[in-house]
Amino acid sequence: MLDTVTTTAVRELTFGEAIREALAEELRRDPRVCLLGEDVAEAGTAFKVLKGLVDEFGKNRIIDTPISEAGFTGLGVGAAMTGLRPVVDIMFGDFLTLIMDQLVNQAAKIHYMSGGAWKVPLVLRTTMGATRRSGAQHSQSLHAWPAHIPGLKVVVPSTPADAKGLLKSAIRDDNPVVFFEDKISYAKVKGPVPSHDYTIPLGVADVKREGTDITLVGTSSMVQVALGAATMLEQVGISAEVVDPRTLWPLDEKTLVESVKKTSRCIVIDEGYARYGVTGELASVIAEGAFYDLDGPVRRMGARHVPIPFAPPLEDATVPTEQQVVELARQMCHK
Amino acid sequence: MNTVSNVKKSSDVGVDRLLHMYRQMLAIRLFEERANDLYTRALMPGLAHLYIGEEAIAVGMCEALDRSDYITSTHRGHGHCLAKGATPDRMFAELLGKASGYCKGKGGSMHIADPATGNLGANAIVGGGAGIATGAAFSAKYLGTKQVSVCFFGEGALGQGVLYEEMNLAQLWKLPAIYVCENNMYNEYTHYSETTAGEILARPAAFGVAAERVDGQDVRAVYAAADRAVRRGRSGQGPTFLLCDTYRHHGHHVGDISREYYRPKDEEQRWMSERDPIKLCEGWVSAEGLADGDTLDRMRAELTATMDAAVQSAMAAPYPQPHEVDQDVYA
Repeated sequence: MLDTVTTTAVRELTFGEAIREALAEELRRDPRVCLLGEDVAEAGTAFKVLKGLVDEFGKNRIIDTPISEAGFTGLGVGAAMTGLRPVVDIMFGDFLTLIMDQLVNQAAKIHYMSGGAWKVPLVLRTTMGATRRSGAQHSQSLHAWPAHIPGLKVVVPSTPADAKGLLKSAIRDDNPVVFFEDKISYAKVKGPVPSHDYTIPLGVADVKREGTDITLVGTSSMVQVALGAATMLEQVGISAEVVDPRTLWPLDEKTLVESVKKTSRCIVIDEGYARYGVTGELASVIAEGAFYDLDGPVRRMGARHVPIPFAPPLEDATVPTEQQVVELARQMCHK
Repeated sequence: MNTVSNVKKSSDVGVDRLLHMYRQMLAIRLFEERANDLYTRALMPGLAHLYIGEEAIAVGMCEALDRSDYITSTHRGHGHCLAKGATPDRMFAELLGKASGYCKGKGGSMHIADPATGNLGANAIVGGGAGIATGAAFSAKYLGTKQVSVCFFGEGALGQGVLYEEMNLAQLWKLPAIYVCENNMYNEYTHYSETTAGEILARPAAFGVAAERVDGQDVRAVYAAADRAVRRGRSGQGPTFLLCDTYRHHGHHVGDISREYYRPKDEEQRWMSERDPIKLCEGWVSAEGLADGDTLDRMRAELTATMDAAVQSAMAAPYPQPHEVDQDVYA
């Protein structure tokens, strides 16, 4: 759902290209926007997502930092309070552990603690997702952590078009926003992206596929898994609806609940750990809102509760798959 | 007593400026005495960390700043906020959790913030202001505003790694940041010699950050060092680190009454009688004939009346309404 009507060209872009386009447009639009992070300039990050930005915007705005995540994130918080709109790049979501004080005790609380006097318009881009054979410290999906903290907003886009529109909204937001990008999606996920300047508001879910028998709620890379499962379910006569919340906070509870009121069944699929995680929160919101319309409990599928292992057969076993979603959905639909 | 005196003559600072700084120090002292009184009489929720004894640092530093320059403060922050221009009535209101306080009662003693005076906020995480202050210095350079940004912190923050990450960034990018280490010698209840390896000044030196040691009880010396640091910052020469030797007269917080197990009484007595920044300043004023006793008495009477009235107005002010609890979470 795009909030601007004037469409121009729509191209196929990868997830990574759409993110770069969003950043380039915002850098062009607002001189207060700058990028800070490790190897963001000439290298264009380890994932090459920012490649070329330094050529257009220069090293004063695309700024390579030392390997000091807490240092440059804290600097970003202060810069955001004093007139800039910094976009801080934390290469791997696993490194959130290194910046938690800056994010949780500083960025998230400054507006509230100051009685609304100071604002922190900071965007923190980081990554999530396993199956890159990167081991336990470069593969986690920790998006539940910031979602737990009042004062932060959390975005988990799944498509290139959503990523562009949501990132532009995040940069224009007056609050600290943590923006999670799935690493596998950077090159693998392609989709139509309008070339014009559009934004997608934070807090509006998107129904990626309509259906009547079961709702598959997916986040980030798990939206693709849900869509793949829905195609397979169609072949056995099950009509699955796929809903993507797109932002964990603010959360579009209404769209989630309405979908499940219609279908009576729901599986929530997320790449984070299920224990005390995003799936639990979404399942709870749905159960509270659609209790009398549910045929049975809302089911959850998340990462296996282990550190992400290195060996491919082990790592692959940690992430929910289309086949697993199909099997669970068939059980729930008795088909 | 382990302090270095690089004191200039009072005339170098200027009579008006010295008297203004005396007034500011006295205001902080009288404010803090009332904060302690409110706590002792169980009229203040929570705790407060008093700045009594350290007034010359906040006052000397802020005397060299413009209103638009930035500061970050600490849990022991009332003095920094007042020296930067906060008004006592809204300060007391915040200490009491009242709606008219600087943070509408949501911050409390350790979180006073005020954009109008460039106060980015006191911070209850030790070293928590380092990133914010350095970021404000980054903005000032990026936007070409010529502002400087002062990060106040106690010597306890020397144990926090993020401080060194920020000093590295500030020196790499020649940011107009000033790191002011208030060494009152005690990390809470532990003497800093038990927590701090090597020479403190070797730490900024390792990054190439200009650093100097200052007698933190001599407001003239602090002002002179602050003025040099501010000039460095505004002229694009980068950050400065000031190590200010000082002493807190009271405990870690207002409830820290029995201190003999970590701090000898005769040490406290020596600092209070021989090294009190306000008494020292009074001595220079009198010895150099810069103002008569009546002038200082009048100043004290005026400030006493102001502080008493501020306490009264804060006591009479209403608490925030319960429905305000959800406000200001998001901008």
